Amino acid sequence: MNQAIDYTAILPELILAGTIVLVLVVDAFLAPSRKWMAMPLAFAGVVASLIATFTLIGDDRSTFGGAFVVDEFALLFKVFFLSVALLVLMVSFRYFREGRFYQGEFYFLVLTSFLGCLLMPSSRDLLMLFISLELVSAPGFVIAAFRKSDPRSNEAGIKFFLFGVLSTAVMLYGMSLIYGLTGSLNLTEIGRVLATPLPQGRETMALASILFIVAGFAFKVSAVPFQFWAPDTYEGAPVPVAAFLATASKAAGFAGLLQLMFVAFPAQYEFWTPIFAVLSILTMTIGNFVALQQRQVVRLLAYSSIAQAGYMLLPFALVSANPVINQDAFAAAVTYILIYAVMTLGAFAVVIAMAKESRGLLITDFAGLSRRAPVIAVAMTVFMVSLAGIPPLAGFWAKFLVFQVAIQRGGIGTALAIIMVVNSVVSLSYYLAVPKQMLFVDGEHERPLVAPALVTAVAVLASVAVVAVGLWPELLAHFPPLSTLVGQ
Amino acid sequence: MTWENSAITIATLLPLVGALVIALVPRQYDKGVRALGIVFTGAALVFAIAITFTFDYGASGLQFQLDTRWIPAIQARYHVGIDGISLPLYVLTFVLSFLCAIYSWRVVPNPGKTKAFLALMLMLETGMAGTFIAFDLILFFVFWELVLVPMYFLIGIWGSANREYAAIKFFLYTLFGSVFMLLGFLALFFNSDIGGGVHTFDIVQLQQYAASGGFSHAFQLIVFAAVGLGFAVKVPMWPFHTWLPDAHTEAPTIGSVLLAGVMLKMGTYGFIRIALPILPYGAQKYAPWIGLLAAIAIVYAALACLAQKDLKRLIAFSSVGHMGFVMLGIATLTSIGINAAIFGMVAHGLITGMLFFCVGSLYDRYHTREIAEIGGGVMQKLPYLGGVFAFVAIASLGLPGLAGFWGEVMALLSSYSPAQSLSAPLFRAFMIAGGIGTILTAGYFLWMLQRVNMGTLPEKWKAEAFGDVAAVEWVSWVPLLVGIVGLGLFPGLLTDVTQAPVNSLLGLFGA
Repeated sequence: MNQAIDYTAILPELILAGTIVLVLVVDAFLAPSRKWMAMPLAFAGVVASLIATFTLIGDDRSTFGGAFVVDEFALLFKVFFLSVALLVLMVSFRYFREGRFYQGEFYFLVLTSFLGCLLMPSSRDLLMLFISLELVSAPGFVIAAFRKSDPRSNEAGIKFFLFGVLSTAVMLYGMSLIYGLTGSLNLTEIGRVLATPLPQGRETMALASILFIVAGFAFKVSAVPFQFWAPDTYEGAPVPVAAFLATASKAAGFAGLLQLMFVAFPAQYEFWTPIFAVLSILTMTIGNFVALQQRQVVRLLAYSSIAQAGYMLLPFALVSANPVINQDAFAAAVTYILIYAVMTLGAFAVVIAMAKESRGLLITDFAGLSRRAPVIAVAMTVFMVSLAGIPPLAGFWAKFLVFQVAIQRGGIGTALAIIMVVNSVVSLSYYLAVPKQMLFVDGEHERPLVAPALVTAVAVLASVAVVAVGLWPELLAHFPPLSTLVGQ
Repeated sequence: MTWENSAITIATLLPLVGALVIALVPRQYDKGVRALGIVFTGAALVFAIAITFTFDYGASGLQFQLDTRWIPAIQARYHVGIDGISLPLYVLTFVLSFLCAIYSWRVVPNPGKTKAFLALMLMLETGMAGTFIAFDLILFFVFWELVLVPMYFLIGIWGSANREYAAIKFFLYTLFGSVFMLLGFLALFFNSDIGGGVHTFDIVQLQQYAASGGFSHAFQLIVFAAVGLGFAVKVPMWPFHTWLPDAHTEAPTIGSVLLAGVMLKMGTYGFIRIALPILPYGAQKYAPWIGLLAAIAIVYAALACLAQKDLKRLIAFSSVGHMGFVMLGIATLTSIGINAAIFGMVAHGLITGMLFFCVGSLYDRYHTREIAEIGGGVMQKLPYLGGVFAFVAIASLGLPGLAGFWGEVMALLSSYSPAQSLSAPLFRAFMIAGGIGTILTAGYFLWMLQRVNMGTLPEKWKAEAFGDVAAVEWVSWVPLLVGIVGLGLFPGLLTDVTQAPVNSLLGLFGA
């Protein structure tokens, strides 16, 4: 195959790949006390990649035979992933420097995972999707187990790995069946073939393989019943890794799922929308009700992110023959993912700031934080209230867009909306548990909490973003409808 | 930006600006922060009074309107305005908030944190005022929800012994109702059509669409239930009232004053502004049920009050009873009924706000709210406080000549002859229940006064050096006391304002 590679299209990925290699090589030559320098290097590389992404805005490019596409959808997610990468690097810096970790290797692995995240929204080919998904997950297996002497961390890594490869195997099986059925790996081509009527046996096989592929992605986004790995992995892994998994990793899973369901499989919507409805209901309900029981903050956030994944799956269940509703559902899903990631990353940043207090951080360890660290306490309150969906914060608008398209759809949409609102009310009680401790309860010690500057900066930045989007939703809501894949 | 279209926005957002300013002031300037609180609430009140003076009482329709782009992605617009129905409640919000700020000059409850206390109170003021001027469903919802978080913190941090439970119960319960209300709003949006399949959240346009018969009957029944649930929890209607006694009892004094004085009115206002005009068929079908629940609330609350041992809880239950009269007036779907409801709302705001102030001051001195603990003899020990307390309690039970009377009697009168489409015998039965409730109300208030104000002063209090009503307290109470007497003697002051818009509202309704 002598197709020319469009290097401009893959420039962000090339820069990031170069940074990855550079970080690993430089780390080999750094003195042990200077290993932390890998982070500024990584940071600079990500910034360069971000600039390269900005230069691509407005372009529509396709390379690798149509497997890799750069359009508004891809660019939106790339900018998002690179921004999250900057924030994750910022919160990881002090944590990994002061714990006894391999720093250079960590930045190498996490950037590799982000490379996979960058590839995901551009992947319009089953093979490319698989590669992106694995590239996101594989380093994740390793960095989840990064705290080598801690059995919990090892457990986290192993559980993540075993679940991950099992789901990937099932997904790959589905992908190969689809290839056999349609003769193509390209998502648009698959969509075209599946839109034509297939002979009976083939139709059934197509539906079954869709189910297998969805299973692979459902693991990634921790949907029920593929969510069992999430709480233990988040709890055992180093907290910045949990932050990464909860935000970037999950968003990458959703980016892939959006491309699959809206480009490759829209014709089969009658089959998979009820499945997504069930997934959504189970995920949000189980996520919320188990979260009510949690006493440990990271586990609470893990179950919270499971429940939030349930809300993000809801727009998928609303797809129908009506392109207007499909576009609105798509936009609602994208907006929710973006807002969710900012809120959750902020909440994890606060947990990282508190990480030195005790290893298994309990909710009660937040007692009296409003006196000890008022800025962080206010930021955490903003994140918790926003995650519950209370106006005038960003989380409310994210939920509102989902409600809106659900009611617009009617039928199953109304039922789903009612279940989601009841879940939102239930979730408030555990989301308020942390602010309650911070603001209502007096702590044992009065000495001020000294949080790393970068971590506080991330928390403040994220809370300002949440409030700004909450007061002026147009800031964010303007973009997702422009990045639609519906009707492409 | 003229006075016409910016006045109410400025008045509503000024407290929020004040909250931000207070957040920036360094912690040690405690008195300065309290002064800032008074300044900002006072400034907002000045704007509100200026609005009442520049309001055209003869004109119909909305005044001081502003309708601009807000969130095009959702098709929500920033549409605010004010008419004769909103105006009294809007002004009431600013008056009560200003008086609360003055009251705070003297005492900020345990554990202090004056900055946070006043900032939250100012945020609350913006949320409450905004609800009464919002004419876009999403804008209304945002303001409606805006009051939840500050009130949660006010109760949870500055409340009394059982505050955490009361705070979370208040939040969850009210939120539960609100989310169904939101779904109802979305349903209204998607079923509205102002020409060419265009949907709208605008309340005025929805009212017109409804008047032209746009919403089907089945649709109205479902959506009225959804929207009505949200309002019913806020009012609170029996049996959704169980959050109120705990919230009112555990809240700090100004929290209770604002909760009872203004926040409850948000629910009844919602019925009058949104549920009735936009869903007229639904309103007609549900009216008997609302009337029934209102009648039950009146009697149930009175009986519950008779059983109370805690003074503040007694007043809290009395709120449920008074809101029962307001809802009864609304349920009759008549001009007298709705005028009665608005009158009752304002009167209740003044009177019950004042009652909570009195109880708060009693608690400051006695450090107990238990009636048995207080034991009696307050009139002897604190003659002015006892006198004011007695005056307000009697106003609350509906003595003619004071504000409380007109709301109750007009509600009962309207219940005698409800709207054409409603069953008169049924509503007359409600009227009788309301009458019985009035007697019981008098009973529990007078019995409470007997146990608290009269009788012998227990030994343990004889030696205590309680100051009688302080100057700051007088300053924050006199306007309310004057208002109670003024509205009682000159009810026309209020009904003249509300009469015309209520008639045009019922005209749209076509009942």
